[in-house]
Amino acid sequence: MKRGLQLALLFFGIALPALTGHAARIGDLSETNIAEQALRFFTFQDPAVRYALLGSILLGITCGLLGGFIVVRKMALVGDALSHAVLPGVALGFLWNMSKDPLAIFIGAVLAGLLGAAAVHLIKHTTRLKEDTALGLVLASFFAVGICLVTMIQRLPTGNKSGIDKFLFGQAAAIGAGDVQLMAVVTGLAVLVILLFYKEFLLTSFDAGFARAAGFPVQAIHYTLMLLLAFAIVIALQAVGVVLVSAMLITPAAAAYLLTDRMHRLLALAAIFGLFAGALGAFLSFLRPNLPTGPLMVLAATTIFVLAFLFGPRHGVLARWWRQRSSAARIQRENTLKAVYHVLEAREFKGEGVSLRELAERRRETVKDARQQAGELRRHDFASLQEDGNAIYLTPEGWQRACAIVRNHRLWELYLTNAAHIAADHVHEDAEKIEHVLGEEVVRLIEKRLNYATRDPHGRSIPGLADLRRGASPESPASGPTGYGRSA
Amino acid sequence: MTDAPPLEIHDLTVAYHKKPVLWGIDLVVPRGKLVGIVGPNGAGKSTLIKAAMGLMPISSGWVKVFGEPVKKNLTRIGYVPQRESVDWDFPVSVMDVVLMGRYGHLGLLRRPSKQDRDIARESLDKVKMLPYANRQISNLSGGQQQRVFLARALAQESDLYFMDEPFAGVDAATEAAIVELLHELKARGKTLMIVHHDLPTARSYFDMLLLLNMRVVAFGPTNEVFTHDLLQSTYGGRLTILSEVAEAVREKG
Repeated sequence: MKRGLQLALLFFGIALPALTGHAARIGDLSETNIAEQALRFFTFQDPAVRYALLGSILLGITCGLLGGFIVVRKMALVGDALSHAVLPGVALGFLWNMSKDPLAIFIGAVLAGLLGAAAVHLIKHTTRLKEDTALGLVLASFFAVGICLVTMIQRLPTGNKSGIDKFLFGQAAAIGAGDVQLMAVVTGLAVLVILLFYKEFLLTSFDAGFARAAGFPVQAIHYTLMLLLAFAIVIALQAVGVVLVSAMLITPAAAAYLLTDRMHRLLALAAIFGLFAGALGAFLSFLRPNLPTGPLMVLAATTIFVLAFLFGPRHGVLARWWRQRSSAARIQRENTLKAVYHVLEAREFKGEGVSLRELAERRRETVKDARQQAGELRRHDFASLQEDGNAIYLTPEGWQRACAIVRNHRLWELYLTNAAHIAADHVHEDAEKIEHVLGEEVVRLIEKRLNYATRDPHGRSIPGLADLRRGASPESPASGPTGYGRSA
Repeated sequence: MTDAPPLEIHDLTVAYHKKPVLWGIDLVVPRGKLVGIVGPNGAGKSTLIKAAMGLMPISSGWVKVFGEPVKKNLTRIGYVPQRESVDWDFPVSVMDVVLMGRYGHLGLLRRPSKQDRDIARESLDKVKMLPYANRQISNLSGGQQQRVFLARALAQESDLYFMDEPFAGVDAATEAAIVELLHELKARGKTLMIVHHDLPTARSYFDMLLLLNMRVVAFGPTNEVFTHDLLQSTYGGRLTILSEVAEAVREKG
């Protein structure tokens, strides 16, 4: 952690002096091809681009970090309301000395944000209205005031060139030297506070009651986080715009939440995703004149989210689909093995091979299906095929697996009838599913509970450990008591 | 200081949105006792332990922990909140949660040391959850989640424990493990206050019972307090007047 702090300080030590260079022109990137443009853009060559890119990176990092806490504290709506509530403050900050002074706008916006938060608090605690309603009320009313003020400013003689309208949808190109310095300070502050108070933020986010009982100032920590959140929103306004800034808080953090189960990794990933989305959005907005940056950044972040949603290694759609598919294939194989066992059992385990026709009849399907199933078993070394391909022989592994499945099925049926007192003709369907998921440990418990019974409710014998041990070429199941307890 | 009782409550009244939920509670809990707090729904069982820990504003009365105001002795208090009070999808591992038990001793700014990690690991071992240390908490069963909360409380290394329904929704094996652990803690001189809602087991689990229904109906050794009459007046409908008055107070407030 200490090293992280040093790195952060080093970063700002390098970044800040680099900003003193002058911006000449903006928006002449549209003349060359994309690769050259990208090279020029991301190597900071163009002083005009430097502010836009650095600013976008800084806001991405800050929004990602704060967004991580917002998402796990289920405060996404709070971020949205707060971001709309700052607009009147932006306008008043502009009116203060009729210019886009970063500090005046920053202070105005933060004050408006805090006023909005206080209004939500007041409505929540003095009326019967719940938080979501209070947030909706404040969001809409503050935003309405803000829009009126912005329109007013644009009607003023100097208002047209003010660039105040850029605060609605964001324009990275409008970021100036003063803006970037402010953004660097806020980002540094956010990183520093989160590093120093990570433990406190983590504890109060997870279990506020316990934190209070352990003596932590939960309210103060909450307000610190809210203040940082307001800062993050305000520095992002210029590039992302009031309307979409909450997406830069939520989307990178949401994508990170899908990819990791640990808070510190979630924060790191969210910051990185925010950084990428910010940089990419700024770059895309430079390709054509007057493209709004906010929507492009949000689209970049959304793309990252969709990728995480689809391809996340554990919670991703693709991974889940793959797991379901392989589980379905395993169940299919186990059902085939069970059918082979049933055929062998029907002829009292005389003869080894099972012809595909017998198998198909047993499973009520075509010989072609049976052949395909047999091929599946062969691929998993559960069986070998006769040379002409018309009969199937179980390998020792296949025989063991088949015995285990049949055993699971019949034990479960018996358990349901004997221990849960369910009628014998009601238990088969259930056992068809349970047989594939019973683990060794549970099977042992059930066997013990059933006193190592040897017959299922329908009078058929339950394969025991002796059968499993015997491997291939069964003659008949072990007679007498079966199960682990006695045969071991 | 060692002579001061672990928990002393005098004339405690607590109100929720101006509606009184606990009236005039007087209580002196002796050291090294395993105390069950029982009573019907809405009797104020959780409220009592929360108020005792200073988690909610109290209308009148006072609470002393080992002879001091509760705020001065927070590190001597261990707490197991209700399991449903947190989001189990939260991105932390089992170890992260148990380490939180050490945070109170660390105070602001300091990070858990190796020694804290060792204590957390021992606590996990005591509830037989050490193999799960690196699991994310949503992959646990209800009983396992409860054990993690217990391990976190153990890591607090406190002298007075408050537990809010630690037996709610756990499997039989976990229930037995928790009872064993509670007795072990008691044997080491700890005092334990357990909110419990199952009367039949309350009789066998606890040394002392606090029968609660908005006020203390009875407090004493289990065999003296677990009587038909006292249970009747705890759970019976004789308190309707009290709750009606509480409602009236709220409306006028």
